[in-house]
Amino acid sequence: MCLAVPGKILSLNDCDGTLMSVVDFGGIKKEVCLEYIPDAQVGQYVVVHVGFALQRLDEESAIRTLAEFEHLGVLEEEFTDGFELAARKAGLDNPNEARS
Amino acid sequence: MKYLDEFSDPGLARKLVDQIKAATSKRWSIMEVCGGQTHSIIRHGIDQLLPDIEMIHGPGCPVCVTPLEIIDKALEIASRPQVIFCSFGDMLRVPGSEKDLFRVKSEGGDVRVVYSPLDALTIARDNPHRQVVFFGIGFETTAPANAMTVYQAKRLGIDNFSLLVSHVLVPPAVAAIMESPTCRVQAFLAAGHVCTVMGTDEYPPLCEKYRVPIVVTGFEPLDILEGIRRTVLQLESGRYELENAYSRAVQAAGNVAARAMLLDVFAVTDRAWRGIGMIPRSGWRLSHNYRDYDAEYRFSVADMRTEESSICLSGKVLQGLIKPHECPAFGTLCTPRNPIGATMVSSEGACAAYYLYRRLEVSHV
Repeated sequence: MCLAVPGKILSLNDCDGTLMSVVDFGGIKKEVCLEYIPDAQVGQYVVVHVGFALQRLDEESAIRTLAEFEHLGVLEEEFTDGFELAARKAGLDNPNEARS
Repeated sequence: MKYLDEFSDPGLARKLVDQIKAATSKRWSIMEVCGGQTHSIIRHGIDQLLPDIEMIHGPGCPVCVTPLEIIDKALEIASRPQVIFCSFGDMLRVPGSEKDLFRVKSEGGDVRVVYSPLDALTIARDNPHRQVVFFGIGFETTAPANAMTVYQAKRLGIDNFSLLVSHVLVPPAVAAIMESPTCRVQAFLAAGHVCTVMGTDEYPPLCEKYRVPIVVTGFEPLDILEGIRRTVLQLESGRYELENAYSRAVQAAGNVAARAMLLDVFAVTDRAWRGIGMIPRSGWRLSHNYRDYDAEYRFSVADMRTEESSICLSGKVLQGLIKPHECPAFGTLCTPRNPIGATMVSSEGACAAYYLYRRLEVSHV
């Protein structure tokens, strides 16, 4: 949740008056709000926290960080299904079951 | 030196380590504030590469410091039949007094994990007859997202949405650590992404008041080595200044649009930190204008009170007084599979970092 992940802006769109975009995080695509970086353009890299771009980043730093994150497996942690992840950490096969 | 090979640029890492060692004339204690930095340090063995520098792990893991009281409020609200309770995945297994959100779901509660708080707002819009609550926790990095979501709820008239807020702020925590009579911290690596949002204005007065160097530092292992290098140079020359070692992501003014939104939506409040206690003016709650969207009032849970487990020493870990493996419950009663304290749950918690990457032995006594 606290992780800041750099990604590349693929497209912009207006959603009920809010500036949104699709951002590519090393192959994983997510909807990202651009209201805090309103002049960001398609093709630029931004640092994203929980679906919000908070900072622009140069391409070289972004690519290096993404490669590092992939190596460490943190992208999976950030974008995978939360229940599955929590179940795995609890040592359960079925995410709908909780330890007693 | 086995760890150096795992750096993205082992040559640069070696150079930084050599420079830090050459500059260090005595043992220094430096606190990294952010849990993400703690994980990088333990995972890459930075503390073992630099035996003359003691890294004290700070309280910068939002999952870990979210007070038990708020967790219990979340569990109570999430158990109600008309509620859809949305949260970041990290919070699912944080232990409340009796259970966790994961358990609430297995008992029939409608608990959903979302990537962004805006996803929760969409759920609210799609379910107009249900109450949708988002668990708005975190430091200054997640706050702009939560602020914008409440702002949008009000603007779009999505009245079945509310936020259970427990935001915490870094600078008051730095002050509280320095005020503690047991404080051993001689310098801080400040959390880079918090400064991406808030800028760096709040830190020079802290440097001055406590005569402590503060270096804004990133999260990747090379960033941390560079932060430590600059910190050691300050300590060795008796300086105590704010330095920005993460200028590729941090500007002095922070993100101006986000700061304006935070000022509108949130108001500063006293906040209890799990394991640490009350720190004055160390959190945000919703401001008066957004009180109608505050889940604590909507669900009348504002007066719930709770008590912590007496076995768990996570408070001491969060204050840097002990290392995780010095807690008697570490690795025995308390593991990531069966956590007693939140620091063993979160992927940013110091106890989880030690359990996952480390050796239980003390590396240097």
